[in-house]
Amino acid sequence: MEFDLQDAGVRELNQALHADTAANAQFSVLHPGGKHNVATGAIHESTVDIQGHVGYYCAGMNQNATINVQGNAGPGLAENMMSGRVEVQGNASQYCGATAHGGLLIVHGDAAARCGISMKGVDIVIGGSIGHMSAFMAQSGRLVICGDAGDSLGDSIYEAQIFLRGSAASLGTDCVEKEMTEQHQKELAALLQQAGLDYDAASFRRYGSARQLYNFNIDNVSAY
Amino acid sequence: MCGIVGLYYKNPELESSLGTMLSDMLIQMTDRGPDSAGVAIYHDAVSTKQVKITLQGLDDVDWKQVQGRIAEQYTQNISISPLANHAVIVMDVDSQEEADQFASWVGSDLDEVNVTSVGSAIEIYKEKGLPDQVVDKFDLRTMRGTHALGHTRMATESAVTTEHSHPFSTGLDLCLVHNGSLSNHNQLREKLQKKGIRFQTDNDSEVAAGYLTWRLSEGATLDEALEAAIKDLDGFYTFAIGTKNGFAVLRDPIACKPAVLAETDDWVAMSSEFRAIAQLPNSKNARIWEPEPARIYSWERS
Repeated sequence: MEFDLQDAGVRELNQALHADTAANAQFSVLHPGGKHNVATGAIHESTVDIQGHVGYYCAGMNQNATINVQGNAGPGLAENMMSGRVEVQGNASQYCGATAHGGLLIVHGDAAARCGISMKGVDIVIGGSIGHMSAFMAQSGRLVICGDAGDSLGDSIYEAQIFLRGSAASLGTDCVEKEMTEQHQKELAALLQQAGLDYDAASFRRYGSARQLYNFNIDNVSAY
Repeated sequence: MCGIVGLYYKNPELESSLGTMLSDMLIQMTDRGPDSAGVAIYHDAVSTKQVKITLQGLDDVDWKQVQGRIAEQYTQNISISPLANHAVIVMDVDSQEEADQFASWVGSDLDEVNVTSVGSAIEIYKEKGLPDQVVDKFDLRTMRGTHALGHTRMATESAVTTEHSHPFSTGLDLCLVHNGSLSNHNQLREKLQKKGIRFQTDNDSEVAAGYLTWRLSEGATLDEALEAAIKDLDGFYTFAIGTKNGFAVLRDPIACKPAVLAETDDWVAMSSEFRAIAQLPNSKNARIWEPEPARIYSWERS
């Protein structure tokens, strides 16, 4: 099915993605022109190919669908995604993958600030670099960064794992470098392969929670 | 929430299309700011012995009467070109002080008009209402120029009036549009007033414009003034700034207000969102990126 957003409304596209007829269907979206909410709330195993740049909240709440953006994405990409695969060929603006519970989010370019904030199980793979406060309060899932990270990476992180190939401008409170075991390398290599990125898993470092903020401790009062 | 747009031409052959391009961008930002809209447009610079002033009057302002009042007070050569409830004045001046004096006389003695800009190339048109209404009212599509800024306002911090609309100009050919909110504007306004900067409203964004004016008057370059602004302004902001020959963009260090920059060989454009940039010819082939927090991006014509 083809939707030209110069003529059709975004709502029309999204309703088609929610309908039972969307199961195993292929959607092609032309002239997205930076519009908001493109391909949000998809629930079926459909494929959506978006040919251009999108605005706010593209692929939000995605379940099962495979969504490909042949351009850049605005703020809130794949927010609260549950499952499926969202892939952006260009850059993503701030808070991509925020609160996402599952699935795989791939950004081949850079992602801006607050990438993966409060992520809850999603796997996020960024081909480029990410902005400040990424993985803030990240609860579970994996954030892979092939470039560098901005300030305060993984601030107040819970049990999400961060794999960073470049360097972080600074680590957030309670985020520390952790040992990269063979098992971690193996899992990371599989994830990179899934994302179609050809990096050696051994070139990444792993970061996670020091677990010092889990319970109230008067010595940590300045960090809370 | 507000929407901001800016367009700076590198290729002078495009100048006749500036008004149309900026209008298309502005209208795309309607749902970010339906309260009021405004533009600052730089064109037809007057000579060094002249000054150009934009006046904004009440809807029923009688420009003939205003012209009469001015003629009673000032004897030099003054032309006045009304455009709806705004008018552009070009007057001969011997010194900058004379231009300042005129602007402050208009501000204090002519109740029915405000000064929105003073300089040699800048003109500012702003009004309550939807962006497309403002575009039509001032026939913005027909305007030519070298660069322009626009703003669509959804007020969060001060009243919805034409005076509170952006762009704000507090210095010669300098203007600023702002998406965000400043938290230390009252304190900063008092400090700047003591240094001689005049403000027309209680709006936070006008303080940012005044701050830059003050820094520039102290001899700073635009980049130096913006560098200092990162330290002295507290709050959230994406700014687009215009000077007579230049254009700059700055986001605060937290960068929660959106911004997109795009550049081709012919133009530089900025907007709160890509959909405004998508209106421009050749935007498909533009280099598009999100400006980094606390980093100054500027362009200047030599």
